[in-house]
Amino acid sequence: MKKVVVAMSGGVDSSVAAALLKQQGFEVIGMMLRLWSESGKEDSNRCCTPDAMALARRVAGILDIPFYVIDAKGVFKDTVVQYFLDGYARGETPNPCLACNRQIRWRFLLDHALAFGADFMATGHYARVVTDDRGRIQLLRARDRSKDQSYVLHVLNQEKLTKALFPIGDYPKPEIRQIAWSFGLPTASRHDSQDLCFLAGDDYRNFLKRNAAGMFVPGPIVSRSGEVLGKHTGLVNYTIGQRKGLDVPSSVPLYVLGKNVSTNTLVVGEQVELGLRELVAYDVNWVSGEAYNEPFRAEVKIRYTAKETVALVTPLEIGSRVLIRFDTPQRDITAGQAAVFYQGEVLIGGGIIS
Amino acid sequence: MIYLDHAATTPMDKRVLDAMLPYFSDFFGNPSSVHRYGQLAEAAVDSAHEIFASILKCRPDEIVFTSCGSESDNLALRGAALASREKTGANWILTSKTEHPAVSKTVKQLEKYYGFQVKWLDSDKDGLIKADVVEKAIGDKTAIVSVMYANNEIGTVNPIRDIAAICHNHGVLFHTDAVQAAAYLPVDVAELGVDLMSLGGHKFYGPKGIGALYVRKGTPIFPIQTGGGQENGLRAGTQNVPYIVGFAEALRLVDIEREERAAHVKPLRDRLIGSILETIPDSRLTGHMESRLPNHASFAFKGVDGNLLLTFLDGAGFACSSGSACKTGNPEPSEVMYGIGLTREWGLGSLRVTLGVGTNARQIESFLDALPELVVNARKFARN
Repeated sequence: MKKVVVAMSGGVDSSVAAALLKQQGFEVIGMMLRLWSESGKEDSNRCCTPDAMALARRVAGILDIPFYVIDAKGVFKDTVVQYFLDGYARGETPNPCLACNRQIRWRFLLDHALAFGADFMATGHYARVVTDDRGRIQLLRARDRSKDQSYVLHVLNQEKLTKALFPIGDYPKPEIRQIAWSFGLPTASRHDSQDLCFLAGDDYRNFLKRNAAGMFVPGPIVSRSGEVLGKHTGLVNYTIGQRKGLDVPSSVPLYVLGKNVSTNTLVVGEQVELGLRELVAYDVNWVSGEAYNEPFRAEVKIRYTAKETVALVTPLEIGSRVLIRFDTPQRDITAGQAAVFYQGEVLIGGGIIS
Repeated sequence: MIYLDHAATTPMDKRVLDAMLPYFSDFFGNPSSVHRYGQLAEAAVDSAHEIFASILKCRPDEIVFTSCGSESDNLALRGAALASREKTGANWILTSKTEHPAVSKTVKQLEKYYGFQVKWLDSDKDGLIKADVVEKAIGDKTAIVSVMYANNEIGTVNPIRDIAAICHNHGVLFHTDAVQAAAYLPVDVAELGVDLMSLGGHKFYGPKGIGALYVRKGTPIFPIQTGGGQENGLRAGTQNVPYIVGFAEALRLVDIEREERAAHVKPLRDRLIGSILETIPDSRLTGHMESRLPNHASFAFKGVDGNLLLTFLDGAGFACSSGSACKTGNPEPSEVMYGIGLTREWGLGSLRVTLGVGTNARQIESFLDALPELVVNARKFARN
């Protein structure tokens, strides 16, 4: 019997993942990470709070599987939270879930699962894996496209994919809740949330104010041509494509076009200036393990919630960078987010937008 | 699975279960009732009081049955401290830094909300509370002294007779938490010299959910659970007859078999300690080597997350515990670990292995074979 550690969060997806794997005949072990939270806010985080832990433990009890908690507070703070703070300091809009998947879920937790003797680690991500006829593992979108979470998994390589299972990727989300009900799991009615897990339900700006107050330095708002239009309250308060809160008198709506960290300037412009045709992504991971060296067409997502859009992806000489040229101009191309490229169902790879 | 966590709890002896069963369905009466059903149930409770009295060498009415060792500690501390102060105005409590939370939390509450003052006695590096430390701290305003007989985390056995003598010389009440000790050490209260002594059933093959408190006649004490006057007015609530019967049977058996059980576990425990200290680098024994419970082995491993080690051990089929483990992933070394002078790096890596009547040499060798690699694995995840 193969052993699989299921990464549990106290949510419905990971609990159904555990139930399905047990039904499929695996020896299932539930593990949960104790993540970092600001002191005094342990109960307000979305994920992995004592309440969430009690739920996950109860699910394990109902499914009759062992359950262990691993302390990840230190490593989470040093990698994910620090990544978040560093990204904003550079004028980017970081997606810490990418750092978490890379460093915490698929390194720290995976290492623990393997040290425990597991053959696989499973998560409740909506995604699928299949082995192609060359023995390569392909990462596919979930069957329910509207819930597809393959985007955050673009960091996985062949070595990690041989150890990964995603049992719920084949099911539509409403069916997942039904399955949870049928197993009698208390997570069946638990509400999903999309906020970052360590923000304690707060706005990211308040988190930054508490933990990196030095980032809130006012500076000039300028147009592309350099004309000074007003003052901003700190670059971290704004994100690309943002319209609200600019406080610049104008007859036409103005949008954030970019940030210049070295001059502490916020660049704004009209809607027509927002659209860009190109981006460069670095630290590209190729899921198949082989970098493409010829340009290829793909559907690209420039953030987790974005719709895929057709582009030409051109690998640059340096190997782990690509130039992405979109067929139609894209708004909201934001440095620090990931650009992930698909061909049909298959996730080819992804990198960080520079 | 191999069970090596007897200090946490023990499986119930079949003879105890057999003694209990008739009292669930046949002799189910309320001991306080006038009718025959009540009389039969009361007789069983009286008989249990007598069994305790003959083993503890006290009077039957000096025994109060409670729901657990923790409740006995609560009754002893809160009940006697308040009554003592009422009688004499004594307002100080002396207790050690190595007590079970059922004692220390109760004392902290008495300090915070009931106006008592507390002196927390330091242990030596082996966790031992020396009699002269008590002598230096005791005074005429001391209401009660509480020092545990044997420590659950590190196995150290304290010099109870000497401490009791000091308390008596000063006219101060002495309570000892004997919950862990009773499984292997004599509990003759006359010989020990204690005024109050807590016991718990599930540490010596009795059921969970039953405890007792010895209260020397004449000890000032208030009930903390008030109501119908059961247990000499010291603990209200319809008595848990089958569990009281089971508890008495478990105590009767431990009294008969005490030496045999100790002789069984001690060599296995010594083998465990010797081998682990030899084969595992950066390991140390915690607690006193000689003045120690015969079934108890506890260690500190440098640079190990104790919780993670327990997880690996469980996966490998061995059930143990740790002074720093936390089921919610927020481990901290216990007070006891810091109290014996361990740094956080050592204190987080505590492992407790406690043997019982069902432990055998094959299990110990199996454990010794598996442990070194698991410690190596756990150390891989150490963060600097």
